[in-house]
Amino acid sequence: MWAGIQELVFGRLTPADFVHDPIMAGAGIGMVGALVLAMIALTYFKKWKWLWKTWITSLDPKKIGVMYLIVSVIMLLRGLADALLLRTQQAAGGSVEVLNADHFQQIFSAHGTIMIFFVAMGIIFGIFNLIIPQQIGARDVAFPFLNSVSFWLFAAGMILINAPLVVGEFSAAGWLAYPPLSGLQYSPGVGVDYWIWSLQIAGIGSLLSGINFFVTIIKMRAPGMTLMKMPIFIWSALGSTSLIMFAFPILTATLGMLALDRLMGMHFFTSDMGGSPMLYINLIWAWGHPEVYILVLPAFGIFSEVVATFSGKKLFGYKSMVIALAAITFLSFTVWLHHFFTMGAGADVNTLFGIMTMVIAIPTGVKVFNWIFTMYRGRVRFTTPMLWFMGFIVTFTLGGLAGVAMSVPAADFQFHNSLFLVAHFHTMIVGGVLFGAFAGFTYWFPKFTGFYLNEKLGKIAFWLWIVGFLLAFVPLYILGFMGATRRLDHYDPSLGWQGLFIVAGVGVMIIAAGVGFQLLQIVVSIIQRKKNRAGEDPWGGRTLEWSTATPPAEYVYAVIPTVTERDDFWESKKKKHHKVAPVYEDIWLPKNSGAGAIIGLLAMIFGAATIWHMVPLAIISFVGIIITLIIRLTTDDTEVKISAAEVAKHELKRSAV
Amino acid sequence: MSDVTLKEEVREKEAREKKTLGFWIYLMTDLVLFASLFATFAVLRTATAGGPSGAELFDLPFVLLETMILLTSSFTVGLAILGAARGYKKQTIFWLLATFALGVAFLAMELTEFSHLAAEGFSWERSAFLSAFFTLVGTHGLHIAVGLLWLGVMIVRLVRFKFKQTDLNRLALFGLFWHFLDVVWIFIFSIVYLIGSMA
Amino acid sequence: MSVRIEHRNSQTRYLSYIVGFILSILTTLAAYLVVVNHLWPMQTLVYIVLGIAVVQLIVQVVFFLHIGRGTHWKVVTFAFAILVILIVVVGTIWIMNNLDYNMMQMTPEQQQIYMLQHEGI
Repeated sequence: MWAGIQELVFGRLTPADFVHDPIMAGAGIGMVGALVLAMIALTYFKKWKWLWKTWITSLDPKKIGVMYLIVSVIMLLRGLADALLLRTQQAAGGSVEVLNADHFQQIFSAHGTIMIFFVAMGIIFGIFNLIIPQQIGARDVAFPFLNSVSFWLFAAGMILINAPLVVGEFSAAGWLAYPPLSGLQYSPGVGVDYWIWSLQIAGIGSLLSGINFFVTIIKMRAPGMTLMKMPIFIWSALGSTSLIMFAFPILTATLGMLALDRLMGMHFFTSDMGGSPMLYINLIWAWGHPEVYILVLPAFGIFSEVVATFSGKKLFGYKSMVIALAAITFLSFTVWLHHFFTMGAGADVNTLFGIMTMVIAIPTGVKVFNWIFTMYRGRVRFTTPMLWFMGFIVTFTLGGLAGVAMSVPAADFQFHNSLFLVAHFHTMIVGGVLFGAFAGFTYWFPKFTGFYLNEKLGKIAFWLWIVGFLLAFVPLYILGFMGATRRLDHYDPSLGWQGLFIVAGVGVMIIAAGVGFQLLQIVVSIIQRKKNRAGEDPWGGRTLEWSTATPPAEYVYAVIPTVTERDDFWESKKKKHHKVAPVYEDIWLPKNSGAGAIIGLLAMIFGAATIWHMVPLAIISFVGIIITLIIRLTTDDTEVKISAAEVAKHELKRSAV
Repeated sequence: MSDVTLKEEVREKEAREKKTLGFWIYLMTDLVLFASLFATFAVLRTATAGGPSGAELFDLPFVLLETMILLTSSFTVGLAILGAARGYKKQTIFWLLATFALGVAFLAMELTEFSHLAAEGFSWERSAFLSAFFTLVGTHGLHIAVGLLWLGVMIVRLVRFKFKQTDLNRLALFGLFWHFLDVVWIFIFSIVYLIGSMA
Repeated sequence: MSVRIEHRNSQTRYLSYIVGFILSILTTLAAYLVVVNHLWPMQTLVYIVLGIAVVQLIVQVVFFLHIGRGTHWKVVTFAFAILVILIVVVGTIWIMNNLDYNMMQMTPEQQQIYMLQHEGI
């Protein structure tokens, strides 16, 4: 009877599942330790109520954005630690075993999954939350409660992806978990289940966020801001959210089917009973290709803002930028087979997708030229954000050329699944998405904090990053070209490749130093913040977010601005309008709500219960989510009013400063 | 009309438009989710692994009846929304109850079909074709179940409380959801059952 | 806050639902009868059934979902969704068929017969 109760409550979880291998356990203990320390600090400084009221229950996108960024940075550190381990193992060659084969596979699977889903997506949603409402002259997003739910689902996914460091194991099937390896027969443990449910839960959060920001841009622009007067960053967000809305359901369906194979003995992707593993590969890449454009389009948008501002010139070729963004958005749904040219398709299929892949490079090239033409004859200031842009130009062009090389199906038979491919996609995502994120972070930081980041440390960090990155990945292009296959934990020393792996290992260490300097930069800047004060418009900005207070008031805009042209803020600064006395009105803002965090917590419990086959707990947590939703959705009292008088008082203080 | 009420009306109208667009877009994303399942069904429809195919399993008159029931419920929910827009509370609740009853009947028929198949050993574990069938049709059925839960909560609130503008707005959104499910069913009926029953 | 009551156009709006309902019944029955009575060979029937389904889709989207009413963004997002769906569904079917074609295991004699039957060479 006890055994029956044990299975009902604990599913397939046993004490032996708690991690006891030194490296994994060390990481797990470190993580839990940090969490415990944080909780002790909160208790000692009596900050629990503050945490609950100001952060956890907040529906303010400025707070939610910061929370996304904090989670992303923590996950970046975890992903980098994984990378350091992988590079060290490969640099050591066959002589020393830093990681055994199974650990190596779990770590590269975790590395990819974390970097894409929790670092890149997190940074993008963080920046969307902080910048989109302000840049379009709005106070909030279209659906503030949904925004909170999306973040807490993201956080739930983040906890599930890190839980294998403490209990269980992670997937060893790569960041996309191809069947049949990821099926029940070959991966019977909890690893792939952790992967599935972490992504399923975070993925639903992403989908809801995509809808949220799309409607925000469509419906909440300031009066007078037509589509063709929007900042290019907003256009890039429109493209990215369109992709999120229409690609993520494919991921939901495919992960769902893999889960059904594993949980209910279905045969979608098994190698027997009629299943088709290739169908999984087809569907997952039908999502996967739009996903990489989801990640990179906002980076393009950030660069458009940064380049125009620091060249002191309006962006070159606004219309062609918009057309290029629209083209890339549509075309990203037409190229997905290039991820599996070598997996059995005939020449006709390969040719079509090869051509579409080459075509999609064209609008991207148009954008690169437009940025360069923006700089031409401008008064260029090489601040840290601009340096990140220059780094992007070098790396992204390199990676893009590699991509065009691989778009030729015949050539891809050499490159597919080699280190050439690995170098290509790292160049695109690090050089494009991550450098874009760093440019955006250093650009917008003063707006939200009121002080500048230390420029000197930022520049050192940049140079360490770019040198380290090239050292880490150019060898991989060479190795891949020579035939090195990806995902191997060591290579035969007689091939004479060890030198290149050691160079790559050194490169990663230099990147790590760069990250160290970035963290140092933040700490030093905070310490020196009184000396580094920044006003409301520290860089001479062109777009509306620079017209708000620094840091922005809770309601952001006391009066919603009226827009008459592109770069309206820049133009109005030039014209020096007579300040008309503003007429203040009552402002309605969303009330705080704990329902988002509760739903996130229940979702995490549901995921864990499903992974470990704890049926009653899964049912209870699922029902709990439904009940919470019903309670929230039948509540009508969801807003709080800030009276016109309070707004006036606040604005008076701002002009006094 | 006072200035304050006008501002409130504008605010309410903007909120309603945002919610309608947002919910419509969610329905579009749900369409893509179903499309992925349809693509899967199309690919796996002949993967019967020696087991039965659609031609051997599907009872077309039964499915035609199911289809007509769901279609009628789509009509009755429209009548309910029109009744609500004209302020007739009793009429609205009557047609909503009719929709609920038809929805329950549809779901009951579907569950009967599923349990018959499972009892004869033709469950989702038997072949890839059956996995695809149960998942596609079952996902639609799950959406219907969620819809019935939503409808039930709404009916209870409408019976107990006075009509508020927010209730009407939510009713309109529910109508969109329910119609959308009938649209998806058109394709399940046509592709899974009609085309799937042809040898 | 008091409820907005509308009386305008109520006749036309009822008409919309009634017309939509009747057309949907007719198209459903048409597809059903065409298949059950096997009025055409299978390949043609597939296209006919799909065609009828698309007609009913348009009927319901216009008369029940009122896509013409309200913001034009409903039409835009619907069109984009249909576009993506067509690309992914048709693309998947084409790709998966193509994979099967290249992965079939046959003896050379079987291959010759297959090529003669399917490709005419």
